[in-house]
Amino acid sequence: MIGTITAFVIPVWIVLILCVGLMRNVPLVTSFVAGAQEGFGLTVRMLPHVVAMMVAIAVFRASGALDALVGIAAPWLDPMGIPAQVVPMGLLRTMTGAGSIAYAGDVIAQYGPDALWSRMVATIQGSTDTTLYVIAVYFGAIGVTKTRYALPVGLAADAVGFVAAVWACRVFS
Amino acid sequence: MLHILWFLLLAGGVVYGAVHGRIDEVTQAVFSGAQSGVMICFGLLSVLVFWLGMMRIAQEGGIVRALARVCSPLVCRLFPSVPRGDPAIGYIVTNVCANVLGLGNAATPAGMKAMEELQKRNRSPNEATPAMCTLLAINTASLTLIPTTMIGLRMQAGSQSPTDIIVPTIVATACSLLFALLIDRWAQKSAP
Repeated sequence: MIGTITAFVIPVWIVLILCVGLMRNVPLVTSFVAGAQEGFGLTVRMLPHVVAMMVAIAVFRASGALDALVGIAAPWLDPMGIPAQVVPMGLLRTMTGAGSIAYAGDVIAQYGPDALWSRMVATIQGSTDTTLYVIAVYFGAIGVTKTRYALPVGLAADAVGFVAAVWACRVFS
Repeated sequence: MLHILWFLLLAGGVVYGAVHGRIDEVTQAVFSGAQSGVMICFGLLSVLVFWLGMMRIAQEGGIVRALARVCSPLVCRLFPSVPRGDPAIGYIVTNVCANVLGLGNAATPAGMKAMEELQKRNRSPNEATPAMCTLLAINTASLTLIPTTMIGLRMQAGSQSPTDIIVPTIVATACSLLFALLIDRWAQKSAP
């Protein structure tokens, strides 16, 4: 039911834009092309920022430093009701969307889709976004290099979302 | 702050890898990371080109302005520095709606247009404005109603009730969004 509604949102939105454009005498193709041209420039501008982030994150993971960080953090988080199995998810989610989906897939495959840990990683994946990537993309595209307090705010929100996701899974199950 | 984090991830990773005998993996990760960065951007290219084209039609047809007018009273509370009816509001609304509906690939182009509009009012263009930070906070908290990817993943794995993560997800996402907005407001006031 919900799936059907979401499936129709994009097509309806496209048709709506086209109809309003036609009624208001917008030269449809000319406008589309003019707007679409910006897409390339934006991509080129944000690419170095995204590459910078991805390299740093890949190095940090491949070196084993991330696993070490998880090892340090896990005993402190355990008394808060956060199992060691979901701790890597919290760290990965902030850094890499693809990496956290892969980790969630691992947990689901290992413990079964309905295990508490599986529901926790799935909830973490769905409830926050990849802060480092979002910053690289949005600020990279417009050329902002001084991000001020945006990073600490995003990271703090990630931490709250992470704990809330774990606790919500305990409460609603 | 971003520079320090970048330094810690990169230099920390190299040193840790060297000490623990994983220097080959680290060197490999440099190039695979760069490659995945490029792949992500070019994956986004098609989406950006298409949606920015559609959004130009929406803008010239007056949809963005209409959205901005209708939603200004509410959205301007979150973005006090943006004047009512500014096109940035229209793009912010599109960005948030696309996020809520789980249409990630339509959300990013709208968010970028919003950032561009906000950038026009920025007196020091290489520094983020408070409004940009608020928009970023909303996006990093990612307001989701239906976590489609994860429901799909659990369904594939043969879950008995793949949708039972919807309620916890909404609760968690609401918590992180609320907290993000609060701490963003606090940082705005205490920042020089």
